[in-house]
Amino acid sequence: MKPKNGGRTSTLNPRVLRDWEEGTLRPALDRKPERKKEFTTVSSLPIERLYVPEDLKGWNAGEKLGFPGEPPFTRGVHPTMYRGKLWTMRQFAGFGSAEDTNRRFHYLLEHGQTGLSVAFDLPTLMGRDSDDTLAEGEVGREGVAVDTLADMEILFQGIPLDRVSTSMTINAPAAVILAMYLAVAEKQGIPLERLEGTVQNDILKEYIAQKEWIYPPAPSLRIISDMVAFCTDRVPKWNTISISGYHIREAGSTAAQELAFTLADGIGYVESCLSAGLDIDAFAPRFSFFFNAHNDFFEEIAKLRAARRMWCAIMRDRFHAKSPRSWMLRTHVQTAGCSLTAQQPYNNVVRVTVQALAAVLGGTQSLHTNSLDETLALPTEDSARIALRTQQIIAEESGVANTVDPLAGSYFVEKLTDRLEQDAWSYIKRIDQMGGIVAAIEEGFPQREIAEAAYVYQRQVDGADKIVVGVNRHSEGDVLKAPTLKIGPGVEETQVTRLRAAREGRNSARHAQTLDKLTRVARTKENLMPAILDAVRGYASVGEICDALKTVFGVYREGRVQF
Amino acid sequence: MTTERKVRLLIGKVGLDGHDRGAKIIARALRDAGFEVIYTGLHQTPEMVVATALQEDVDGIGLSLLSGAHNTIFPKILRLLADKKSGDTVVFGGGIIPEEDMLTLQRAGVRRMFTPGSTTQEVVDWVRANVPPRRR
Repeated sequence: MKPKNGGRTSTLNPRVLRDWEEGTLRPALDRKPERKKEFTTVSSLPIERLYVPEDLKGWNAGEKLGFPGEPPFTRGVHPTMYRGKLWTMRQFAGFGSAEDTNRRFHYLLEHGQTGLSVAFDLPTLMGRDSDDTLAEGEVGREGVAVDTLADMEILFQGIPLDRVSTSMTINAPAAVILAMYLAVAEKQGIPLERLEGTVQNDILKEYIAQKEWIYPPAPSLRIISDMVAFCTDRVPKWNTISISGYHIREAGSTAAQELAFTLADGIGYVESCLSAGLDIDAFAPRFSFFFNAHNDFFEEIAKLRAARRMWCAIMRDRFHAKSPRSWMLRTHVQTAGCSLTAQQPYNNVVRVTVQALAAVLGGTQSLHTNSLDETLALPTEDSARIALRTQQIIAEESGVANTVDPLAGSYFVEKLTDRLEQDAWSYIKRIDQMGGIVAAIEEGFPQREIAEAAYVYQRQVDGADKIVVGVNRHSEGDVLKAPTLKIGPGVEETQVTRLRAAREGRNSARHAQTLDKLTRVARTKENLMPAILDAVRGYASVGEICDALKTVFGVYREGRVQF
Repeated sequence: MTTERKVRLLIGKVGLDGHDRGAKIIARALRDAGFEVIYTGLHQTPEMVVATALQEDVDGIGLSLLSGAHNTIFPKILRLLADKKSGDTVVFGGGIIPEEDMLTLQRAGVRRMFTPGSTTQEVVDWVRANVPPRRR
């Protein structure tokens, strides 16, 4: 049969495919069967032997891909992507005291990092002070301890806040930490409208996956919409929510669940801000996303491409946002911490490279590459540098940044992108039927789906159906130790001393007044941010502010956990 | 006729750490293996864990800890159990524990720490061999 359009055909003749299967494939299989009966992604999606033009029957490049910088943004949010500007290399850092982390920030900036990313310790993430009983043993361990503005001043000492962009991974107490950052900027004499950065501020995924909550969903969403309103007005370059799939994936979800629950959370925030009376095209462009880059290379690329296409549809067709900037899904990616192994830790450098490459081919705007020793402890300076260099090698040596969305049109990648999209839409539909993401969370639906997927995956690893090199294959018995970062036991003591000094040094009448004002505002519909900012300026601590709000908002208790 | 009963286990998460993926997987694997399993849920204090352990009359307590606070939390739980004359409760755990802390924990009386890469079957087998029903 003569192909149309001068021999440039977009579909294979089915007879030709059959010929190949019978003439070439079958004898090959007879000689040597394939390694496995079924091939699947890390999320257990089935993968075919070969993808052919027929797989994209009815697929329309104009509709599914468009052009970069144009809807549906499958090919990326910028017309030139990495030819114009490389992604932001943003390594998450924070440990010990504010002084320790400040030194690490200076080190990273000197080594070519282009943005800061702050990790806080668990007490701070939970809105508790360093002298809280539940904070015992955890101060400064997994991130930096911040109690009052005094700590934040040290954290950013010598770093002009108008010349860096700062991402802060903080959720339940995000409004307080942001207020502290703004107060530091005020002290540096920098106008708020010049500040660039992000707070994670994604409480919904806390209920779903990371479990660092304080208040119940309704008041939490109110704090968030207050903050969104405040920033839209006063800190217009600030990314107000980083809607995060990362932790959902780390909790054990599949790629499709990560995609679905993250976008469902995004829908939840849009709805909440709309019902607070905010204008969609004023706030939506400042929402950003945060996805995981796991081991399955093509699945991750497909996930990121599908995410952009879906968010565009959600914002344009579901919420009728007018500005194309509202339709764009801009994202940060971090390589998958949960994929790293304590065994033979140097292998992790290779895993991270593959994952980072997927993030880049998926079109991310910024990237954190994990350090090889992160299953053992927080990264050492050496391992953090290798992680950063990994990105620099991908960016500057590999050539993958030379063209936009290089995998577009691959039968396999497009098919997989469609499949992830389809699976995610069906989850979103179920969540809509439950009455939205908050109702679904209260019912425990995403939590259950993730726990089930995590269990299935663990059984697959236990049974060596899924391979983890160095663990269930090619293992060498003993854990090969890498040098790890030690957090001295003195951090807690120093931190508590500084907190007490801040309490003693402040104007106590003014302090009491600001907290009193805060609880009064919390009972009204007035925006909370100015009252929080005022309390922070007077050196009220994270714990004191959160406790004051708890008296009005109550605390969240997880329902019965099914396992 | 024997009156031997099922071994009862408490799986717990202590402190502020919210990483409950491992704890839930282990709880389910142990339940599927025929043990009676109670899961504490998140954000427990050592006192709460011990109170639940006594109330539920468990034979073993397995704690998942990824926060780095293991050197504080395990000894405290063991001390509280001893105070309540329940020092024969088998305490084990899992998480990211640096090699040099392992010995400290063992000396404090933690019977076994499972580190990343352990299979659920290893945990089940170990519990079966090392957590007998306590004498009442």
